[in-house]
Amino acid sequence: MSVFIIRRLLQALVVIFLMSLIVFAGINIVGDPVDLLISPEADQAEIEATIRRLGLDRPWHEQYGYFLLNAFKGDLGNSFIFAEPALKLILQRMPATLELAFAAMLIAVVFGIPLGMYAGLKPDSTTSKTIMAGSILGFSLPTFWVGLMLIMVFAVMLGWLPSTGRGDTTELLGIQVSFLTWDGIQHLILPAFNLALFKMSLVIRLARAGTKEVALQDYIKFARAKGLSSRRVVLVHVAKNIMIPVVTVLGLELGGVIAFAVVTETVFAWPGMGKLLIDSIQLLDRPVVVAYLLITVFMFILINLVVDILYSILDPRVRLKDVKA
Amino acid sequence: MSATTDHLAASALSSQARVETPFRRFVSDFFESKVATGACVMLSVIIFIALFAPLISPQNPYDLAVVDVMNARLEPGEQSWSGDLTFVLGSDGAGRDMLSAIFYGLRISLSVGVMSGIIAMIIGMVVGLMAAYFGGRTDTVIMRIVDLQLSFPAILIALVLIAILGKGVDKVIIALVTVQWAYYARTVRGSALVERRKEYIEAATCLALSHRRIVFRHLLPNCLPPMIVVGTLQTAHAISLEATLSFLGLGLPQTEPSLGLLIANGFEYMLSGKYWISFFPGIALLVTIVTINLVGDQLRDVLNPRLER
Repeated sequence: MSVFIIRRLLQALVVIFLMSLIVFAGINIVGDPVDLLISPEADQAEIEATIRRLGLDRPWHEQYGYFLLNAFKGDLGNSFIFAEPALKLILQRMPATLELAFAAMLIAVVFGIPLGMYAGLKPDSTTSKTIMAGSILGFSLPTFWVGLMLIMVFAVMLGWLPSTGRGDTTELLGIQVSFLTWDGIQHLILPAFNLALFKMSLVIRLARAGTKEVALQDYIKFARAKGLSSRRVVLVHVAKNIMIPVVTVLGLELGGVIAFAVVTETVFAWPGMGKLLIDSIQLLDRPVVVAYLLITVFMFILINLVVDILYSILDPRVRLKDVKA
Repeated sequence: MSATTDHLAASALSSQARVETPFRRFVSDFFESKVATGACVMLSVIIFIALFAPLISPQNPYDLAVVDVMNARLEPGEQSWSGDLTFVLGSDGAGRDMLSAIFYGLRISLSVGVMSGIIAMIIGMVVGLMAAYFGGRTDTVIMRIVDLQLSFPAILIALVLIAILGKGVDKVIIALVTVQWAYYARTVRGSALVERRKEYIEAATCLALSHRRIVFRHLLPNCLPPMIVVGTLQTAHAISLEATLSFLGLGLPQTEPSLGLLIANGFEYMLSGKYWISFFPGIALLVTIVTINLVGDQLRDVLNPRLER
């Protein structure tokens, strides 16, 4: 077990190192770092000071050293627009994005698993066919258009829910969160559902495939033969055994949800880091883009690492195979 | 039904029946499903519209001499003020006919999707075949890169590339190709690994044919079926991704409005209840993506050798 974790940690370090090289090369080869990291409106003295501070006047291998050093110190340059450290800007907006992402995951699981299990238990019923057709639609619908339609129906036509922003927030452990106030929840429902739709389709398919497979197993036949109520068979015996693939895939998809939050945040004007990224790209606020990139890469590697380790705990075969190889 | 009876008849009376080529079998298998047949017809209609948009559109939506601001934001079914044109799907903020704008948008969305798909397929195919044929270190390095790339969501990679490269049609295509090639590479490597061990490759090697000839003339044609499936599904994906980028304002420029941009342009009017400017381009996008996906799904079922039919 510990051998496995150490190997995975080392691999993650190598990937982080490689990605930092790629980002650095991207900044230096595709663009000119002086252009990328220094505001076009800065005066000559300011430009020279920044060049010296970021070490841009050194040969490239020294520059890479500076880049790594500055990244470790958390200095990824200042935003041109906000005149604040880029890293700080992103970290400020991260809780909003994470709140949205977790809310979406929750919706996907709460609706997806029961619907998928139903479709797996009664594959030929009309309801199941409707559920499956819905999940195909969920895969095909472009997220941003669904968001627009949700706003049109629920905010403009029916007027039930607000269309933009985050609403009232309260402080929880020093972080601003929406889900503890009624106004915040109202603001959260539409964007979270929008973001959840794609993952919900995925969960429905996974749960259905799992249920179809598990329902034929001997232990389910035995549980039925023993005279257990079919509610107990489904809720305990089937549900437990379809969880492993669902949990793993959801873990892996968390990163995707955070990335796709970019679209949902733009549609609903949700003040998260994805909206910041889009605004920064459009305003050519490059330090923020570079900082976003580094943070997301780091986050992704972390998520993958955690999922790998969790998976090896849930399914020992993975760990054994990897250590032998 | 008649296709299956044909099938049986062909095997029973093989001497008299017409020769059953693999292509004919493929066609009859494909059209067994009603949904797939419908999707295929729909896709042909969409492609027809995209190809002949300038001929069948009620107006040229980008000809400033024709478009009149007096006709702005008309509801579906209303007539233009001069009375010579009915706006079947309404008009947008500049007085363009939405139906024509959708036809033109479909043309741009489809061509960007298909073009990026073809380039990505060629790159992915060459790289994947190299990985499978040469094996060893080449394989390890290529597949590590593929794995690394696939562990990041497509939208993120595309956004970052656009942020570094800037906007424009060529930049969007570069971004879409970069996002997609890895899927093709992985697929072709998978099937090439199986094909490579077969006797005909051994025979070709014994004939001392050049690597290039073995890979492209012998290995490649036998790896094509799964590539066709991935190609269809990836094209749908590319169209959707391009629409998303355009919606975010990072895709195609206003001079070449794809469906995504039409939807984005209608966003501001939506809050005042003028739904049609965003709604209909969205429906067009949805129908396009769904039909391509349905055709792709059926192709996968028909071309999959493991599902004996």
